[in-house]
Amino acid sequence: MNDDKRRDLGAILLVLCVLLVLPLAFGQSHYLMSVLMNCAGVAIIASGVWLTFCIGRINICQAGFALIGGYVSAILIARLGWSFWLALPLSGLVAGLCGALIGSVILKLKGIYFSMLTICLTEAIRLAFLNGGSLTQGAKGITGLPQAFAGDSALPLYYIGVALLALTLGVVWRVHYCRLGGIFRAMRLNEDLAESFGVNVWRYRIMAFAIACALGGLGGSYFTLFAQSIYPQSFTVEHSIYYMLFCFLGGLEYVSGAMIGAFVLTILFELLQDFQQYQSLIYGVLMIVVMLTLPNGLMALRLRLWWLPLRKGEAQ
Amino acid sequence: MMAQSSPVILEARGLSKRFGGLLANDDISISLGTTAGQVTSVIGPNGAGKSTFFKMLTGFCTPSAGRVHLFGADITGLAPHKISARGLVRTFQETTIFPELSALEHVALARQLSRQASDLQVFAGTAAARRDEQRMRADALEILRFLDLDSVANSVAKTLPHGYLRLLGIAMGMAASPKVLLLDEPYAGLNPEETDRAVELTRKIANSGVSILLVEHDMKAVMKISDHIHVLYFGKKIAEGTPEQIRNNEQVIEAYLGKEDEDIGL
Repeated sequence: MNDDKRRDLGAILLVLCVLLVLPLAFGQSHYLMSVLMNCAGVAIIASGVWLTFCIGRINICQAGFALIGGYVSAILIARLGWSFWLALPLSGLVAGLCGALIGSVILKLKGIYFSMLTICLTEAIRLAFLNGGSLTQGAKGITGLPQAFAGDSALPLYYIGVALLALTLGVVWRVHYCRLGGIFRAMRLNEDLAESFGVNVWRYRIMAFAIACALGGLGGSYFTLFAQSIYPQSFTVEHSIYYMLFCFLGGLEYVSGAMIGAFVLTILFELLQDFQQYQSLIYGVLMIVVMLTLPNGLMALRLRLWWLPLRKGEAQ
Repeated sequence: MMAQSSPVILEARGLSKRFGGLLANDDISISLGTTAGQVTSVIGPNGAGKSTFFKMLTGFCTPSAGRVHLFGADITGLAPHKISARGLVRTFQETTIFPELSALEHVALARQLSRQASDLQVFAGTAAARRDEQRMRADALEILRFLDLDSVANSVAKTLPHGYLRLLGIAMGMAASPKVLLLDEPYAGLNPEETDRAVELTRKIANSGVSILLVEHDMKAVMKISDHIHVLYFGKKIAEGTPEQIRNNEQVIEAYLGKEDEDIGL
């Protein structure tokens, strides 16, 4: 295991451990719990975007698939009275299948063309749900989902979020560091080259995109669970862009990149609540500064973080 | 010698490619004959349509007209990865590499075609997948050894000199177990010493029974290595023959000297 991989694993385990023990101290704070649940949810969704980066596509339609996942669970739970234990995996599955279907058409495009199309796709999916008639109830959305767990405590749902995040990172980690990840990297570098040594790039492109969309659906479904509602406005183009930024900020070379970016930016955004109207301004400036000074993301930060190893060439 | 009845290794019949108003390839036919392990070259001045021709053979671009046959089977319009699986493999002009991966890892990665474990098995890391992985690495080392690259097997690609990267590109082509290897300007940008070494290796690969078709600018190298040469000029084939015949072919001399005159004029 090389240094970068160890650093990656270290960051994942560190965040997961902190998430596991934090409720012991702050379990009573509904505000803090909801912020962390929010972080876990967006980290799951953004990990999907990260996976599409691996095959060399910038994915700005992830909010659309989160919306699909959210609506699938809302309809299953609120309309059909299903248990969320079933609705959660099923919404991931449905979003993944939609991703495979849509991906088989749009993944022929590369670079800026693919990205532009995915922005439109986010909007198209939102409009589809807005005009979904009585099934989706238009702008009113689907509200009044029953509480996932009886009682006042947010902890059960919180731990489900942590478990889903761990599952997500496990899947992405495995894909990235097994032979499939090598194939994805080859495709990102040069699809023709990959194809010349016999890789069916069409198949792997769709595979990566479908997993990414499934993660989007899973995250969207989780949001619906704790918000107990879903609206067409729940996930918009703006969200899609944030998910992409999380990946850039965290680092595209590390599986943990999307998660780090998601946690740092989401918590930062909460801290900036006090500055009200300047919130977005400060946020924007910070983003620019980080991207200029750390083009490889926060995970590439040249700091000795506790027991995380230094990157090559940094030994004192 | 092979029996007369064995199929033609690779044959292009009347290949044409039209890009809008431009006829990049006009009715080009070549045949690699029935004897394996020959080196055939396609030469021609810049813009002669060599790259387009190569792309049509390997499925990266669909011909406007004409057919491609590999060992008697029609492969026109097949996806590139399917053509690779049938034994027609190409290498690339630009050296595209992963800076952080070792030479061995490059070749092991390029050995995908020999993988037996399914994607799901690979994901789950089953015993079959691990065995595959070990075998692919062993094969990769074998290929590097064959190409005299085993000394740099564990060197990270970004530390390798240009000449080695070129050879690494060829090694990655060899990893797909080709019966016919298409080399796209394998000697471009090499110094004379490196070129000699690469030419020697090309011959070694051919002698191992892999037929070679190469596109190249380096005339000296082409004349030295080729058994047979085809000359393209403005999308048309104007000559074919042995190096000796090509050297004395008036049309070819005209095509190339015309270019040289312009150079002198500068």
